[in-house]
Amino acid sequence: MAEILTKSRARNIFYGGSLFFVVVFVLLTWQSHHHIVARSTAGMPLTEAVVHGKHVWERNSCINCHTLHGEGAYFAPELGNVMTRWGVQDDPEGAFEIMRGWIDAQPSGIEGRRQMPHFELSDEDVRGLAEFLRWADQTDTQGWPPNDAG
Amino acid sequence: MRYQTQQIAYWYFLAALALFAVQVLGGLTIGYIYIQPNFLAEVFPFHIVRMVHTNALIVWLLLGFFGAAYFLVPEESETEIFSSKLAYLQLIILLVGTLGAVIGYGFKVHGGREFLEQPLWVRLGILVAAVIFLFNISMTVLRGRKTAITGVLLTGLWLLSLLWVFAFINPANLSLDKMYWWFVVHLWVEATWELVMAAVLAFILLKLTGVDREVVEKWLYVIVATALFSGILGTGHHFYWIGTPGYWQWIGSIFSTFEVVPFFLMMSFAFVMVWKGRRNHPNKAALLWSLGSSTVAFFGAGVWGFLHTLHGVNFYSHGTQITAAHGHLAFFGAYVAMNLAIITYAMPILRNREPFNQVLNMTSFWLMTGGMAFMTFTLTFAGTIQTHMQRVMGEYYMTVQDDLVIFYIMRFGSGVAVVLGALLFIYSQLVVRKQEVIRPGRANPAPETSDPIPGE
Repeated sequence: MAEILTKSRARNIFYGGSLFFVVVFVLLTWQSHHHIVARSTAGMPLTEAVVHGKHVWERNSCINCHTLHGEGAYFAPELGNVMTRWGVQDDPEGAFEIMRGWIDAQPSGIEGRRQMPHFELSDEDVRGLAEFLRWADQTDTQGWPPNDAG
Repeated sequence: MRYQTQQIAYWYFLAALALFAVQVLGGLTIGYIYIQPNFLAEVFPFHIVRMVHTNALIVWLLLGFFGAAYFLVPEESETEIFSSKLAYLQLIILLVGTLGAVIGYGFKVHGGREFLEQPLWVRLGILVAAVIFLFNISMTVLRGRKTAITGVLLTGLWLLSLLWVFAFINPANLSLDKMYWWFVVHLWVEATWELVMAAVLAFILLKLTGVDREVVEKWLYVIVATALFSGILGTGHHFYWIGTPGYWQWIGSIFSTFEVVPFFLMMSFAFVMVWKGRRNHPNKAALLWSLGSSTVAFFGAGVWGFLHTLHGVNFYSHGTQITAAHGHLAFFGAYVAMNLAIITYAMPILRNREPFNQVLNMTSFWLMTGGMAFMTFTLTFAGTIQTHMQRVMGEYYMTVQDDLVIFYIMRFGSGVAVVLGALLFIYSQLVVRKQEVIRPGRANPAPETSDPIPGE
């Protein structure tokens, strides 16, 4: 072993092998990029409202309490399927109204209950957020989450 | 200290330790919000404090890596750092950026991609600092002796800096956003950072055990080869449920299973080198941190990572407290502890004192490691129950969370131990200058000084 695997061979295996795996990874990523655009997120157009909603989502750092497709903080509920949970996935107007009501009702102020902060959002912001979450909900996530509880 | 410019590392380590304190205090605060949800809810809500907690962690670990590079590259290359002015400029840029970001978070100025919340000017500042660093260190290595340790260290640091480019790429398509986001997050902590960690570990073991350089460096290449061979395609374990194709479930499961290997090798490497080593180095605390780091990294990153990496398991456990348990122990073992190991090794040299016994430092090791282990167990239990109630039984998130309070209370207790350990560590490094209590045994006395023994 010690004779066959010299230091310079070990070095060559490291650099050569890593390069190989980088190439494979880049090819698979390229294919995945196309899969995402052409298939898994193609069920609903990426409208201006959806893009605006993503900015609202980011500007208010929602990810640091909630998860989205299971990624984020684990302090508040999963939102990748919240529109299904609320029963408004196919109802843009209903999604807007329930979202408006939810945002305006925060924080609940209930003692001993986790508090969602108050966010100043215009109607355009709320509509965008609702559309963004509807858009996220229609993504083909290979059947995840296992149930509506998220 | 053999090279004057190694002193640069001192200031990097100081800055790193200051942010370490901020990080653990932030963590303790959000740990408290978990059990007392109205605490600070109006002034500093959970999401703001969490950004401070995670961002401070990332920046102080990077500062530690930079400091480690400035400390070990002169010794490895047998030459002074190319430019100490550039090194201090880099530190100032990083500190201004960090302070700006943290103060900004208090006023709700932040982005919204997890861990990359820094405003654009801070992210650009980090890029500039990284370029300065790479130039400075590469020039140093190029004009001096080239070793496997500096080669691997530089490969890791170059790649992680290149990957930072993806911090600026934010597609409007959420699934694309997530896929490229992992190019920074996963390929940092499960690939390029492992190179830095392994190089630092190899350097410390070389110094502490006196094992032949050829042996150490061959191990190093094997370890980093297994890290990248498994870690690059192992990114697939983040591509199960975000809109990426189904084949990642197999690629991710298979390759991320092998991600255990580099951590097992690093642990074996550390112990084998200590057994083989003939040198009785007086800095026992650095030895404890090195062995501890590689062991806890094996459990935190390796075992706890494997626990939920197979796609059949991850389908149920994804995004629960299981992930939090793994994240905490992995970061602590692999990167926090390895940084504290190099700081423990370097500080006596940088402050021009002998290492003594460093009893307080070793106490802090057990406080922090014990605390982190307990935290991991409580979160694993919480996550197991959460997975069953929410993902199998289908009960709603908040209903389940109310049943987990007992675990969050225990987690808070373990957090107190970690904070005490962290503060004790900082105190032991910066304040204590006198001999501490334990005297060496007569049978195998540790030498009083470390200087006369060369590194080879």
